[in-house]
Amino acid sequence: MTLALATIDTDLLAGRHGEAAAFAMRLLVKFADAMAAPGFLDIVGAHIDGCLYHGQVSLDFVEHAVALKGRVRVPTTLNVGSMDLIHPELFRGGAKLGTDGARVMRAHEDLGCIASFTCAPYQTMFKPRFGEQIAWAESNAIVFANSVIGARTNRYGDFLDLACALTGRAPAYGLHLTDNRRATHVFRITDTPFDDTERTAIAIGALIGAEAGTAIAAIDGLSPGTTEDDLKALGAAAASAGAVAMFHAVGLTPEAPTLTAATQGIAPTVVRDVTAADLRASLARLSTATDGATLSAVSLGTPHFSPAQFALLLPRLAASPPRTPFYVNTNRETLAALEANGAADTLKRLGVTLIVDTCAYLMTEVVGLQGVIMTNSGKMAWYAPGNLGADIAFGSLAECVASAAAGKVVRL
Amino acid sequence: MTETIRISGVMLVGGAAAGDVFALAEPLSFWGGFDATTGAVTDHRHPDRGASLNGRVVAVASARGSSSGASVLAEAIRLGTAPAAFVLSTRDAILTVGCQVAVELYGKFCPIVLVTDDDLVRVRAAKRAVVATDGPDATIDIS
Repeated sequence: MTLALATIDTDLLAGRHGEAAAFAMRLLVKFADAMAAPGFLDIVGAHIDGCLYHGQVSLDFVEHAVALKGRVRVPTTLNVGSMDLIHPELFRGGAKLGTDGARVMRAHEDLGCIASFTCAPYQTMFKPRFGEQIAWAESNAIVFANSVIGARTNRYGDFLDLACALTGRAPAYGLHLTDNRRATHVFRITDTPFDDTERTAIAIGALIGAEAGTAIAAIDGLSPGTTEDDLKALGAAAASAGAVAMFHAVGLTPEAPTLTAATQGIAPTVVRDVTAADLRASLARLSTATDGATLSAVSLGTPHFSPAQFALLLPRLAASPPRTPFYVNTNRETLAALEANGAADTLKRLGVTLIVDTCAYLMTEVVGLQGVIMTNSGKMAWYAPGNLGADIAFGSLAECVASAAAGKVVRL
Repeated sequence: MTETIRISGVMLVGGAAAGDVFALAEPLSFWGGFDATTGAVTDHRHPDRGASLNGRVVAVASARGSSSGASVLAEAIRLGTAPAAFVLSTRDAILTVGCQVAVELYGKFCPIVLVTDDDLVRVRAAKRAVVATDGPDATIDIS
């Protein structure tokens, strides 16, 4: 297949929009060729994961673009970095990792990226709209944008995300195209053992991640009371347990008003009935610690906690304050809102440490994050044993608060 | 003397390389599963944990896991700990972009060749492989 280039593509390659854009477009052309994409399409926004430091190459790539005087051509948000730039005292990594990690984050700002440093850009003022073509990185954000918003992105990642931002173009293949967005796997929830929508959502998320892999699943039977934050947790769990880039929740997500719409009227290849026992087993797999184990910390907000989640958390914490270290990861925009209405002070008084710009599961040496950590995040539960060497107790928000007050893993 | 067989493939990333074949038992996530400072597989759940991929022609269907694997692979190519080449049976985005960036930034080549499922089986069974690319085409001489 031959790659078709539009005038803007040849202009970009020829350096008419600067040397950095030409460098980025060369990379995109080679990539699109290798992926057998037929051409490129315009994007209206990008979200970049490359601000996380993975070694010298992370710095070399972005500083090369800066040296070529690059500027992003579409509004571009940044994912979490390796550092909390607002609370650097929380960082316990080595000096070089700290310096280079911060340099990578700053260099992206030099390219005109917005210093959002969040893995939940879809819950900030930069939320994309239905049907928009975007180039997003960060697995949970990709799933949310495709599934819950109906914006269109492939699983972009390191280097490609910045290349798309510097050019405003993305290879026209995969989930950018309607035909590729249909569900081939149907998961019918026949019963749930949980009385809250939170745990049901995460249990089915982890299940489709494990069983659907890269395929698109339609989930039928979720409660109409399932919230946006539940769907966010579902997607994050699915993208951690598998390579899920999109799901449909029948009656809840915009491309799935009906099951037929989700499958685009084509017979699915897999139809799976999910029982209460399946959901219970799926959630149990997220915990490595035993009930009753002494707790060393609670960490919430992977992905970053939203204002609505803080509104649920605050009265619970006020009623039963934590006696173990209690971390909540969030973004600058939400922190500013919490500071403006006094909630940040209340949380601090209750013993909560707020982490912004980064995430506890990336900060291998945050004080207190060893031993048994409890979380309501399927993503944190999936990665923390490997990243932090910690044991994980997964629980609902209510269980996390109750356990923090008791100092041990409590089930409700 | 062992017989050499030539297999044709499609170039995903250009370059020339030779090395002993390493047939990964299953797809590997380079992020969290591979140490760029040593070239060793570190994923606790992977059957090849502890093995070195440095200088080997890695034959496997695809990569797995986080797109940050592209950074880890590019960093390994920069450090000289990476595989010599990849032979894959899918157009893997993560490995492709990692190898492309190493070419752009450092002029270091870790070619990737796409082959059919049947040919991948033959490469995985071979001892040694010599990879060469010419425009969109590629050859793998196995012995």
